[in-house]
Amino acid sequence: MSEIENNANDGPGDGAHQCTNNGPKDDKGLGLGVVFFMGAFLICFLSGWLLFPKLLYSKKEQPFNFDHNLHAEETGDCETCHFLREDGTFSGIPGLVACMECHTDEPMGETDDEAVFVEEYVAQGKEVPWLIYAKQPDCVFFSHAAHTGADGMDCKTCHGHIGESSSSRPYEENRITGYSRDIWGKNIWGIKKNSWDRMKMDDCAQCHLDKMGHKGYCFQCHK
Amino acid sequence: MIENKKAHKFGMVIDLDKCTGCGACMVSCMAENNVPFKEDESNKKDSITWMRVYRLTNGKSFPETQIAYIPRPCQHCGGIGDHGHSPCVSVCPATATDYGYDTGIVSQIYTRCFGCRYCMGACPYHARYFNWWDPKWPEGMENYLSPNVSPRMRGVVEKCSFCYHRYQLAREQAIVEDREIEEMEYQTACTTACPAGAIVFGDLNNPAHKVHQIVKPDPHPDPLNHKVVGKSRNPKVFRLLERLGTNTKVYYMSDREWVRKAGDNYLKGEWENVKTHHGASSSHG
Repeated sequence: MSEIENNANDGPGDGAHQCTNNGPKDDKGLGLGVVFFMGAFLICFLSGWLLFPKLLYSKKEQPFNFDHNLHAEETGDCETCHFLREDGTFSGIPGLVACMECHTDEPMGETDDEAVFVEEYVAQGKEVPWLIYAKQPDCVFFSHAAHTGADGMDCKTCHGHIGESSSSRPYEENRITGYSRDIWGKNIWGIKKNSWDRMKMDDCAQCHLDKMGHKGYCFQCHK
Repeated sequence: MIENKKAHKFGMVIDLDKCTGCGACMVSCMAENNVPFKEDESNKKDSITWMRVYRLTNGKSFPETQIAYIPRPCQHCGGIGDHGHSPCVSVCPATATDYGYDTGIVSQIYTRCFGCRYCMGACPYHARYFNWWDPKWPEGMENYLSPNVSPRMRGVVEKCSFCYHRYQLAREQAIVEDREIEEMEYQTACTTACPAGAIVFGDLNNPAHKVHQIVKPDPHPDPLNHKVVGKSRNPKVFRLLERLGTNTKVYYMSDREWVRKAGDNYLKGEWENVKTHHGASSSHG
């Protein structure tokens, strides 16, 4: 440990100490250095752990809260709103027309969110600009038909328990790539516990490898 | 499971006697695949043309002059022995391009490519292009881009994909209807755009497909050159630089001998051997 640090640690001018410069003084400095190192490490570590993800991702709220739980109870399944079209493409998030099959100009419930829906979107004939948690980059081709149709996979396997949620969580967007945080996963270290924790290419490849015995060729999932 | 029971081998045959060189294939290709262009396209060295029509002449003076036009998409090489080691695939250090053994199509993944351009050097057909700039679309044109093809960015290589997105979409429909895709469901943009019907596209492995019937690919390696597989047993059909063993899936067809001869550079006397040799048709029937 340097003398400068010792002086700094000792605080302002204690003349008596400065006379005894050698011997046990050095040990004390080393101890303080370790404490200093640990403190700095902890600060850096925690800021990296807690602050960095917040810096990396911006949070956006959905236009208004959507209660999946309530809608799933009313309709009975996911497919009423999120269905495969006749040509095999996937409808994704339903448009206003699909909502209007049940909803009218008058709110059906009493929540503020539905008032927002009716006033701002239904009355003005405007599509709701939903933020899509599972949105993949441009270069990805994903066929819902091949997974849910032919293979009979569950929505949950990739999307988790979103159908049982009663409030929309904030959409987190990577400030650098612009991708949804659902792609990288909630865990900043990329640790995966459930099949729906991440939606990266490696996760697709791993599942393909397990189920098909082959990761597949690039163009199977790229465009 | 719909997953390919039998591997496809998509390919095309282009009738050079029908091709008028109108360029409709080039235009449709660019529109279909979001191919970027520059404000000034006069420097053709910098142009990106997944499908490009070249002009050939027989080199004779009037009145014997003849012209032929030869459209050149990516040839989707199967590599020596047709094992999938295409020239570009085997040199790519990033695995940004691979050979789809289920379709025979050579992919190009733009987000994986880092722009070293080895593949461009390796490609004997100049079918690969480098994006020297980010694409700049005229105002409002972004809205016309196809959502089925990802746009490219500066610093990556791109090439013809045999309109793979059309295969993806056709396959989705086939999956929900629980059947295999049919010949006419998957056709490339250039094929459908050609007003002369010069391009025939389909599965070279499927004897019911027109392209197979025209090309009649030889199932055995060429007895004179074992690198070559799938040589056409149709004496009018040839491939570009066939003897390299790139085993391209784009075949060309012409009645005219000088056009067929233009498919390679022959030394004196070589052509005489080649022109009478059409796969193993004589020995295998």
